[in-house]
This record gives sequence, C-alpha cells and structure tokens, in this order.
Amino acid sequence: MNFELSDEQRMLQDTLRRMLDDSGDSAWSQLAEQGIFAALFSEDNGGLGGSGFDLSIVFEELGRAGTTDPIIESVLVCGRLIASLAADSHSELLGRIVAGDVQLAFAHSETTSRYELNRVETHADHHCLNGVKSVVVNANAAHLFLVSARIAGDVADSSGIALYLVPVNTPGITVVNYELTGGGQAADITFDNVQLTQNDCLSTDALIAIDSATAAAIVALCAQTLGAMETTVSMTCEYMRTRQQFGRPLATFQALAHRLADMLIEVEQARSAVILAAGHLDADAHSRDLHASAAKNLLGRIGKLIAEESIQMHGGIGMTDEYRLGHFAKRIIMADHRYGDVDFHLERFIALSKT
Amino acid sequence: MELNYSAEDIEFRDEVRAFLAESLQSSLADKVALGLSLSKTEYEDWHARLQARGWLAPNWPKQFGGGEWEAVKRHIFDEECALANAPRIVPFGLAMLGPVLHKFGSTAQQNYWLPRILNGDDWWCQGYSEPGAGSDLVALNTKAVRDADHYIVNGQKTWTTLGQHANMIFCLVRTDSEAKAQEGISFLLIDMNTPGVEVRPIVLIDGSVEVNEIWFSDVRVPIENLVGEENKGWTYAKYLLTHERTNIAGVGFARAGLAAVKRFASKEYSGGKPLIENPLFAARLAEIEIDLMAMATTNLRILSNASGTQAPSVESSMLKVKGTIIRQAINDLMRRAAGPNAVPFASEELEHSQLQVGPIRAGRVSMQYFNNRKLSIYGGSNEIQRQIIAKDALGGGR
Ligand SMILES: Cc1cc2nc3c(=O)[nH]c(=O)nc-3n(C[C@H](O)[C@H](O)[C@H](O)COP(=O)(O)OP(=O)(O)OC[C@H]3O[C@@H](n4cnc5c(N)ncnc54)[C@H](O)[C@@H]3O)c2cc1C
Repeated sequence: MNFELSDEQRMLQDTLRRMLDDSGDSAWSQLAEQGIFAALFSEDNGGLGGSGFDLSIVFEELGRAGTTDPIIESVLVCGRLIASLAADSHSELLGRIVAGDVQLAFAHSETTSRYELNRVETHADHHCLNGVKSVVVNANAAHLFLVSARIAGDVADSSGIALYLVPVNTPGITVVNYELTGGGQAADITFDNVQLTQNDCLSTDALIAIDSATAAAIVALCAQTLGAMETTVSMTCEYMRTRQQFGRPLATFQALAHRLADMLIEVEQARSAVILAAGHLDADAHSRDLHASAAKNLLGRIGKLIAEESIQMHGGIGMTDEYRLGHFAKRIIMADHRYGDVDFHLERFIALSKT
Repeated sequence: MELNYSAEDIEFRDEVRAFLAESLQSSLADKVALGLSLSKTEYEDWHARLQARGWLAPNWPKQFGGGEWEAVKRHIFDEECALANAPRIVPFGLAMLGPVLHKFGSTAQQNYWLPRILNGDDWWCQGYSEPGAGSDLVALNTKAVRDADHYIVNGQKTWTTLGQHANMIFCLVRTDSEAKAQEGISFLLIDMNTPGVEVRPIVLIDGSVEVNEIWFSDVRVPIENLVGEENKGWTYAKYLLTHERTNIAGVGFARAGLAAVKRFASKEYSGGKPLIENPLFAARLAEIEIDLMAMATTNLRILSNASGTQAPSVESSMLKVKGTIIRQAINDLMRRAAGPNAVPFASEELEHSQLQVGPIRAGRVSMQYFNNRKLSIYGGSNEIQRQIIAKDALGGGR
C-alpha cells in the first residue's frame, strides 16, 4: 500500500493550488489555457491521465478554491460519454473539449426522473426528438447538447436509451435558463419535434456508458465537496481563534472546540471515502458503484454536518451573503442533490452489498 | 391528567378556523407557505384584522387591552394560524416591548405606547446585538450621554430584523462606562426618524433582506424615552429575552412544515412510487413526527405551569433548543424531498412570475433550509441556551 501521490500528481496539485489562489469564482479559461482538462482523460482519449486519482486531485483543488465552473457536467461527463460512445469521426470534437474550446451540456435528467439514470421519457421516433429535460447544467454556455432519448422499452427500462449530439440552435428547441443555488446556471429544455439524423446519434443503448460517466462525476463531485469542506473548516478554525466573546476567543469554549474536533475527524473520513471511490473508478462496474455510493452517501452526511456546524459557530456572520462561508456551505449542501443523494446511495449500497 | 381538548377548547378552535377561512386571503397564505417576504402593508393589514377580532395580543394583561389567555388557548390559536399559513405576528412590539412596558414602563409610557402597538401606529425593531456584542450582549458599546433633557446616542446595532420597516427601535445603550458591565446599561426607545439614524440592509445567505445595520451618530433622544431607571436596563433586557424565547418553540410552524413535507412527498415520485412510500424517507419523516408530538406536549406542559402572563425561565431555554432542532430537521427533510429540483435558485422575482420551470417546481425549499439556520443562532444561540440549562441543573460552580 502507498498513499503518496506520484510526482506528476503532486505537480498537478501544486500548479492548481497556485493558479486558483487568485482566480475568482471562474477559472475556466485559465484551466483550459494550462491544459488542465487533459488530466481528466486517458492518453487513448487525447488526455494525460484520467485515473480516479487524477480526477480527485483536480476537483479537490477546484472545490477548495470555490470555483463554480461546470467542469464536471461539461468537460468530464460529456467528454467521457463521447470518448466511450462516439466513432472516430468525433475524435476531433473530443480534442476540442479537452482543449476547452467547445462547451457541452448533458441533457439527461427530467422533472420526474429524480436520481434514476434509467428513467427517460423524452423519446425519439425516426430521429425526431420530443420531451422536456430539466436542471440541465451549463445549457446557457453550451454549443452542443448531449441528449438522451428513449427509442425502445418502457420509461424505466435499462435498454433502449439513445444519445444524440444536438447543436443548441436546432429548430424546435426552447431553453429557459435560471441560476443555481451555490453558483452556476441550468435550464429546462423543451424538444418539440426536433428532427435529427442517424449521424447525430452516438448510441442506441447508452445506459452503461452513462453509468460509467456518472461514476466519474460522483468521484469528482465528492472530491470537490471535500475541498469545499476543507476551506469551510479552516475558515471556522480561523474565526474561532479570532472572534472574541466574554473576553476570550471562541476557541476557548470547549462546547465549540469539541464539535470542531468532530468536524476535523469527519473530514478525514470524507477524504478516505474519496480515495476509496477514486481508487475503484476503473474497477468492474459493481465494485466501482459500491465505492461510489459509499462515498456519495458519506459525503452527503458529512457535508451536512460541516455546512451546518460552520454556519452555527460563526453566528450571524455565517448567515450573510457577503461572507464567503455561506457560498461554500451552499455548494456543499447542493452537492447532495446531484447524482444521487444520501438516501439514494444508501439504498444502492444496500442493493450492491447483497450481490 | 386530561390529554384531550375540552368542549370549550374545541369550540374556540372552530372559531379560529372560521375566522381564518374568512379573513386570510389565499394569495397571502400562499406567499407565507412559499417562504416569500411579505410587504410591510401585508403584515400591518394582518395585524389590523387580528386586532379587530381582539386576538392581536393574547398574552397581554386585560388591563392593557390583551386577552390574558391561558396556555391551551394560546397553543390552539398559534397552531391554527400556522397551519393556515397566516403571516406571523411581528413580535417586536407585541411580544417583546409590550411585556417590558407592562412591567417596567411609566404610566405615561404605557398610556402612550401600548395603544399605538395595538393600533399598528408604530413598527418596532429590536436593537440589542452589536458587531462585538452577540452572545456576550453585555459587551455592548453604543453610548448614550445625558445632555440636559436628552440623551445623545452614538454607536452601531446590527442584525436588526425588519429594521427597514421600522419607525421605532428599543435599544440597549451604555449610560455608564465606569460601572461593571451589566450595571451601566439602559433601555431606550428611539425614534428612527431622528437625524443621525441610518439603516443599512444586510443580504442574507438566501438572498433575502430581513436584517439591517443601524447606525447612530449624535442622535438626540428625549429623556422621557428611558424605560425604568437609568443603568437598570439589563434587568429589563433579561426579562424580555425570556419572553422572546417562549414563542420560539414554534410548534405551529413545525406542524405546518411537516404537513407541507407530507403533501410534497405524496406528489413527488421516486423509483416509480410516491416518495412518501419510500421506507428510508418514511422513517425520517416518522422520527421527526414522533419528536414533534412529544415537543408539542412539552410545550403545553411548560406553558401551563408558568402562571398567567409570566414567562417560564429555564424551561423556555429547553423549548428553544428542541423547537429549533425540530424545525431545522423539517426544513432539511423538505429540501431532500425536492431532490434535484432543490438546486435551482428560486429568487423572489422568479417565484412571482408565471414560468413553470425548475425553480418553481420545488419552490424555495433550499432557501428556507438555509434561512432557518438562523433559528439556532438568534434569540440567544442554542449553545447559550444549553449553558443556561446545564447551569440550572449543576449550579453555578465550574
Ligand atoms: C437572522 C437573524 C436575525 C436577528 N435579529 C436580531 C434582532 O432583531 N435584534 C437583535 O438585537 N439581534 C438580532 N440577531 C442577533 C442574534 O441575537 C445574534 O446573532 C446572536 O446573539 C449570536 O451572536 P453573534 O452572531 O455575534 O455570534 P457570536 O456570539 O459571536 O457566537 C458565535 C458562535 O459561538 C457560540 N458561542 C458564543 N459564546 C459561547 C459560549 N460561552 N459557549 C459556547 N458557545 C458560545 C455561539 O453560540 C455561536 O455558535 C439576529 C441574528 C440573525 C442571524
């Protein structure tokens, strides 16, 4: 066993930390210029890394810095789907994604699908697309939508889900954008008789690829949340050392100090869960998903603790929009609402543990 | 022991229901249910309706125009109002300043200010906290210096709830800097239209503006606005704080919140079935409900023991801690129930629009979750309440 990062991984971490130190909420262009997205893809796919640990390093730093760029949704998930599904004709597109030159949005979830990846009502008959997708992150900036649509089977069947690559200005598409809690934007997208061709269809049976891309997204989101929790906890430590009440620093009140200790313990638990999930990202689907669910469940529970306790220990200041803490707390809590929450992954973990 | 409502209680409950059905506009109730900010006029209008019915000041003594209700009646009223999503009664004049004036105000002050509270002539806000004086309230630093028949006030208050609507603020100010901390504090009523008072809004984590900073520079306050004796303000402040805490158990709000979760979870689907049938979700919901059933009874027990218009002391700290934990747990469950639809940011503007997109589907559940983190911070934080409870049981010694 060895829990050390490799030299390259350490360099990646240092580079990112320095770069993000003085970037604001958005680091997209800097990341693209520095070729960071290449770390998210294997060499076969035009990248320089692509392992679970490469992902966890990158996203932990992004989370720590508090960037709100939709890199998971646009680059990681869409890039991986194209890498695994598209024919060679799309390798140029993948190259542009890795270079950060083109932006995508994965239009998959629907108003009633909740966290189930297999529940798809939007349908395509003879490549004619009809349906509504909801909370599609990065739709506002995307050049292309990657749209899932049912071509066979019932609404919740595992097979019969196709994937289409659709330019955003195709006739019949209506987009309504809105802000997201904690930063970023998403949209509801209506497809009304959008006529596509065989060429636009990347796959006629995409769920396995979607599962796999989602596992990568879970590792990334957990790592990002871990980074956000590190910042939150260190802000809380700093505040407890400096804020004085009753003539002494908050740090001297044991009632608070012990709770801070619990937070520090839980952050280490979260770190281990992320390492486990990252280390199993390329394992067989069963083992990959078991560890992904374990991490997502644990991070959801720990995230709630860290976000709530940090606000509480700051008192009124923690409730304000002006102070950065609240923004981190919102991202941490909202992470529980993406790619499956605490309960969804608890159930999935139980189901996977049986087999 | 008798755990059921008497025939009289039930009659009163029906009376309250009938009143709410008639007087509470559904558009207003919808706003309350969605957690939207109400306008000043909406609050004032609601107060006026309650006052017309004689129900605006149930806990005031009869001699001052109140109802002197006993605990069960009060409980029924609060619960029915909350379940119907009636606007809350803004507490600063009615639940906070009122009791202080009843007990410590001069006859002139009582005669002048109390009717104005009932009539809605003044909107009061609470000027206790300062940037350096939160939990440690006695560290407060806003100074009032006597100048003939005026005090000259300088300093800053903060976190002042709904101060943007207020024309009057009751303040704790330091009138003797030499005295020991608690002893140099006075309780002053300040007209916010006096030159030198400035109100600056603070935006909260959910984007709402409900608290403010209030700045005082050379504000002249007539000495007849001093409540009680100079340098005795701390006694009055503590008295007021116990009243603030009594109402904070929020049983009615919790019941209304839980009912909303149930409604939502019956319509939301998970795995092809209503979410409310999901065993994990159902278990979480049931646990909170069990907690709430017991807490509602704790609330009634404690309130019944407190005689008349007197507020209970250490027990009110218990109600505050347990009440806020339960309400926060309900907000937490509600945001989980909304699933991915909890992520869109439902700004107040969007909520008012007719769009039926992401942000509207789940309403402001995430915003309410974040906003109600305040419950365990204000009104004396839950840590401070625990300190009071433990000290009461263990004695002052460390
Ligand atoms: C939304 C909102 C509305 C408010 N409305 C009003 C209002 O209308 N009028 C008004 O005067 N005030 C108001 N307040 C202020 C509120 O009363 C204070 O925020 C509260 O007293 C806590 O003070 P603080 O924020 O300075 O936190 P601090 O006192 O700095 O406390 C920070 C943390 O340390 C903990 N702590 C402090 N001392 C101890 C101790 N000895 N042992 C253990 N833990 C401790 C606290 O519990 C808290 O978790 C409001 C606050 C909020 C958030």
